[in-house]
Order: sequence, then C-alpha cells, then structure tokens
Amino acid sequence: MKTPILEIQHLTMRFGGLVAVDDLSFTAYREDVTAIIGPNGAGKTTVFNCLTGFYRPTAGQLTFHGHEGPVLLERLDGFRVPRHGLARTFQNIRLFGGMSVLENLVVAQHNHLMRASGFTLLGLVGAASYRRAEAEAVERARFWLERTGLLARADQLASSLPYGEQRKLEIARALCAGPKLLCLDEPAAGLNPRETAELGELLLELRDRHAIAVLLIEHDMSLVMRIADHIVVLDYGRKIADGPPERIKRDPAVIKAYLGETEEEELPPEVAADLAAAGGG
Amino acid sequence: MTTALRASAAPSTASGIGPQLKDAGLAALVAAVLLAPILGMETTPGPDGRLTLAFHFDLVAIGVVLVFLGRLALALFLRGRPPVRAREGGAVSAFVSRNAAWFGLAGLAFAIALPLLPFSSRYVIDVATTVVIYVMLGWGLNIVVGLAGLLDLGYVAFYAVGAYSYALFAQWFGFGFWMCLPIAGLLAATAGVLLGFPVLRLRGDYLAIVTLGFGEIIRLVLVNWYEVTGGPNGIADIPRPSFFGFPFTRNPAEGETAFHQLFGLEFSTLHRVIFLYYLALALALVTNLFVLRIRKLPIGRAWEALREDEIACKALGINPTNTKLTAFALGAMFGGFAGSFFATRQGFISPESFTFIESAIILAIVVLGGMGSQIGVVLAATVIVLLPELSRELETYRMLFFGAAMVLIMIWRPRGLLAHREPTLRLGTATGATSLSARGGGP
Repeated sequence: MKTPILEIQHLTMRFGGLVAVDDLSFTAYREDVTAIIGPNGAGKTTVFNCLTGFYRPTAGQLTFHGHEGPVLLERLDGFRVPRHGLARTFQNIRLFGGMSVLENLVVAQHNHLMRASGFTLLGLVGAASYRRAEAEAVERARFWLERTGLLARADQLASSLPYGEQRKLEIARALCAGPKLLCLDEPAAGLNPRETAELGELLLELRDRHAIAVLLIEHDMSLVMRIADHIVVLDYGRKIADGPPERIKRDPAVIKAYLGETEEEELPPEVAADLAAAGGG
Repeated sequence: MTTALRASAAPSTASGIGPQLKDAGLAALVAAVLLAPILGMETTPGPDGRLTLAFHFDLVAIGVVLVFLGRLALALFLRGRPPVRAREGGAVSAFVSRNAAWFGLAGLAFAIALPLLPFSSRYVIDVATTVVIYVMLGWGLNIVVGLAGLLDLGYVAFYAVGAYSYALFAQWFGFGFWMCLPIAGLLAATAGVLLGFPVLRLRGDYLAIVTLGFGEIIRLVLVNWYEVTGGPNGIADIPRPSFFGFPFTRNPAEGETAFHQLFGLEFSTLHRVIFLYYLALALALVTNLFVLRIRKLPIGRAWEALREDEIACKALGINPTNTKLTAFALGAMFGGFAGSFFATRQGFISPESFTFIESAIILAIVVLGGMGSQIGVVLAATVIVLLPELSRELETYRMLFFGAAMVLIMIWRPRGLLAHREPTLRLGTATGATSLSARGGGP
C-alpha cells in the first residue's frame, strides 16, 4: 500500500481568459518517481508554480503531507512552502551565481541556521551552538556535493560551472533544504546522454535510499520511461492520461497529443523507439 | 565616445581610412554644435551700456579643425589594435582580498599612528576624520547596496536622522554623546524600516527613484518643521564630546577637570581634533567588525543570495521581506551612528549638509570600491575625499579633474577597485585537503 505525499484535487489556474491548468487531479506517492509530461505550453510549469506558492490557484486543493503533517499548499506564501518539506528547481537554472558552490548549499539551509544563530544575535557573539550548527550545515552540503559529484567544485563560483554541473548544483541545493518531495522542472534539459544517465541514477537513489519522493517535469522520454513509476500527461492544461509508464506508452490519447494524428514522420526518435518497444511488449 | 571609436576602428584592418574620416567628421560636427555657443558668441557691453553680441567664428573653426585632426589621429592610432578589454577582478584585487586581514591590519596601524606621524597637522587629521566618516558611511551603505543589492539613493536621510537625533536629544534633554549614539542608531534604523516597507516589491531603477524621493522627503521635513528642527537655520551649539566626562576646554567650569589638566598637558585645540579622529576611527572599526561578522552569518549570506536571485531565495524558504528590512535597518543604523558623530564634530547642523550629493558620494564610494568589498570602500573613500583636496591648486578645474579621474577609474576597473569576492565558507576540497575549514576567508 503506497502512502500519498501530494494530493492535487481539481486544480485550476486561469490567467485572464487563458486556462493554463484545467481541473487537474492526481496523487503522487512517497515511494514513487512521478513524472508530469506533455507538449510545450501544456501547463506543467504552472502546476509547479501553484504547488510552490508562486501562483495562487484559481481553484482546487493541494494537500501536501509534509514534515508537520498535512498542509494545504494553496494557502501558503511561497517562502513558507519549503519548510514543510517541498523543494524545487527551475526550468531556467536559478543559482546564486556570484556565490561559491558551498555557499549556495548553505543558503539552502537558511531557516535552520537562522534559528541556530539565535536570529543573528548568538551568531554575532560566536556561540558554540551556532558554530556546531554551521559545521553540520557544511557537512550536509558536503554529503550532497559528494552524491552529485561536485565535491571538487565546492569553493568555485557557481556561475563558473559548466551547464550540466549547474543543473546538478541546483538539485543539490534543493536537497540541502531537506525535502520530502523534490520537484524538478526539466532537470535533463541541455544535458548530454551520460549526464542524463547519471541524473536518472541519482533520482532513483533519492527514492530508494533517502526516502525522497520525486516529482519531475521532463521532455526526455527515454529518461522518463526508465525511471518514472507514475506518469501524468497534460495537454492544453487538462490531464489526458495518468498511470504507470507501460500504460502511458500505449495510451491513444497520449500518442495523439504527442504526434498529432497524421504527422508520423515528425516523430522524435526516442519516442519512436519507446513506442516500438511498447508495441512489441 | 571611445566605444564608438573602437566599434568604427575595429572592422577596418587594412583598406582605406574611410571609417576613420567619417568618425572624425562626426566628432567635428559634435564639436561645432558645442563650440558655436560656447566659444563663438560673446556678450559684451556696448558703448551705450547695452549688451551686444560679438561673434568669434574663427575660434570655432580652429576648435573644430583641432577636434577633427585629433580624433582622426586617435582613430588611425587605434586602427588594427584589439580593443582594450576591461579586466575582471584582476590578480591584484584577488591578492588584496585574499590577504584582506593583513592589509586591514596594516591600514589600521597606519590610521592609529597617523596623529603621531611627523607630517600630521590639524589639516591632515581633519581630512583623515572626514575620510573615516565616509569609510563608515560606505560600510553602512555596503550592507544595503553591496550585499543585499538594493540600490539606495537616499542613504543621506539616515545620516540626517542620526545627526538630528543627537542634536535634538542633547538640546532638549541634555543627553551626552554616548547616550545619544544608540538612540540615534535606533531612530535611523526605524527610518530604514519605514523606507523599507513601501519599497519591498521594487528593484533596480524603481527602487533607486523611491529611495531618492525618501532622501528628499527627510530633507524637506528638516527644512520645514521649523519648531523642532530650526528649519534652514539648523541647530547650533550642539554639545561637543568630552573625554569620558573631561571636557576639552581651556577654562573648565567650577568643579570640572578639563582634559589637559587631567593629563597635565599644555592646553591645545588639537586635543579635541585628535580625540574626534580616534572616536570616528573607533566607530568605523565597530562598523567594520560587525559587517565582517554578519557577512558570515546566515542573514549575511541570505542578503547576498537575495541580490543574486530573489525567486530562488523564496523557493528555498528565505523570507524576502524580513531579509530586506533587516538590510535596510542595519544599513540605516550605521548611517545614524555616523550622523551622530558628524553632529558632535561640527557643533552645527543644517539641512544643507544632507543634500542628494552626499548620497551620491557615498554610493560612489561603494561602487568605486567594488560592491561588497570592505577594503575597497576604504580605498574609494580615500580617493574620493583626497582627490578634491589634493587638486585644490587646480582651482576652477578641480571638479573637472575629479570627474575625469572618476571616469578613468571606472574605465580601468568597471567593477570597482577591488571586485574580487572571497567566499564566506570554504571546504578546501579542490586542493585535496580533507579537514573541514568552515571558517576562514577574508571579507
């Protein structure tokens, strides 16, 4: 029996006349890597922005089973969402470019360190309790740097890293915030095949070894089909399919949304391969 | 103009001097437009006392030809040369930042020894005190602009709040300097929060305009609230500081001991000047230690993170409202301390001391020093205060020289004198070291 971590019920987001997300309901489970897929402009990032408090949804209920029990995300200010255990990354990487890699990861532990520093007062006098908390924060940063293979980069400027490592750093930073659910917005965009494979391993490791559920938006179908336990397909803001990868591959509505009805020649190679595999199996 | 010059000079490597001629022609045209009214026309009183207009087009022609030839020569000289690239950070600034502690200590030793050095005089100490005040203001504004990245054009408002707090509390309640100092800091910080609330959602240019307005509001309140602030007349006879209760006077009141009597010295007005200098130095040091310390605390890192990316901050659970307000409040507090000192040093304050140009100078110190760099602020404050002093002999052309020097520095170092930033935490993994060096690194 799986335990739900995020329950989205009847989520609707309207911008003026445009309905970006239309009556979306699905549940993500703690033991799963859940993927949201769909063509460009389907409303995937809008869902993320509703979850993380950047948008206030027009309607719907978003229940998150966080560190302090169930909480309704749609009622929280953006900056209050992370402390319940939901961390995210961005489609266009948002690092603190002028700061070092290590500092990026320590900033992610801000609220914890802020309390440890007695809201700056204890920190100013150099209290031992704060120094201990800071050393722990650095240890935690070191742990995730090691997991993401960025340890040697710790003291470099975040903006000086190559693109693939910046993506990894953003994930490591989100992990340092101590999430129960990690929301990744196109983490494989711009990565080469080897980096994509490493990313897949990392996400599976998070699920299996660190009990961190993953919710990801991704266009790389081979990655999604390999690591996702559960796929939600959006098209024009509506959910058109929801289920395990094997079922999604064969779903006629999904195939239609992705390929159109007649233009089979424009089929992306990896989708074609997956479809062929699905058809065969 | 130089950029336009490079752009036109770069593509033509060998054939013809067409682009250079065109560029020189344009420069000559600009010169003609500018010179025609400046050199070409002169109003002279005629024989009947009425003003008449005299034309000197020969002068204009000479000027235009000179500009044309000079520009052409410069363009030909630059032709085929690669454009000068602005140095980013640079090895020198990285070296200075890495050894900031040593440079800081050396600077401090010099600052402490200054009044005792052979060349020191009343004038030198006075100028040095001014430098130290600006260093302190620069360090205060550095919190807001350099660390938190909030462009504040109205910083002088907090300086004014501090100065008037001291003057008024001393005048009405007879409080001493040390008692007024925390009050002034507190009131300035409150003003900082008051400014902070309405501008929470603004950034960049918009923020700059509102803070500029805030600075003007404070000044206008000081001018018009006649009953309290004395309006444009200001406040005179502000109590001068005493050496922990021993005044710097020649003939102390009955029952009091003056500073020179306490130490058995000959009375000299220099004592007070030197004392004020050390007082300013002490206040500046407190500011510096505070900023150095807080930079390495979570709030300091949150300020810098906020400067880098506010949205990412929110996604990591950092409350942008509180973080910005603390930056405004703390920055303002140090402005208030400096204001208090200014009031006690001058003995007289009026709204004229707190005009926009002061804000601009303090901001120039922060930008010129390299945003966020503590030693950079010291260098920049020294340059900005000393340049006009040293160029006094140039008389009329003094400010022209000052402006040209600023422009040259910004071309040479577009990111400030010391743009290198040392991380607040180091893991030391790149060199293979495994020991945890959580603390370390310079400012």
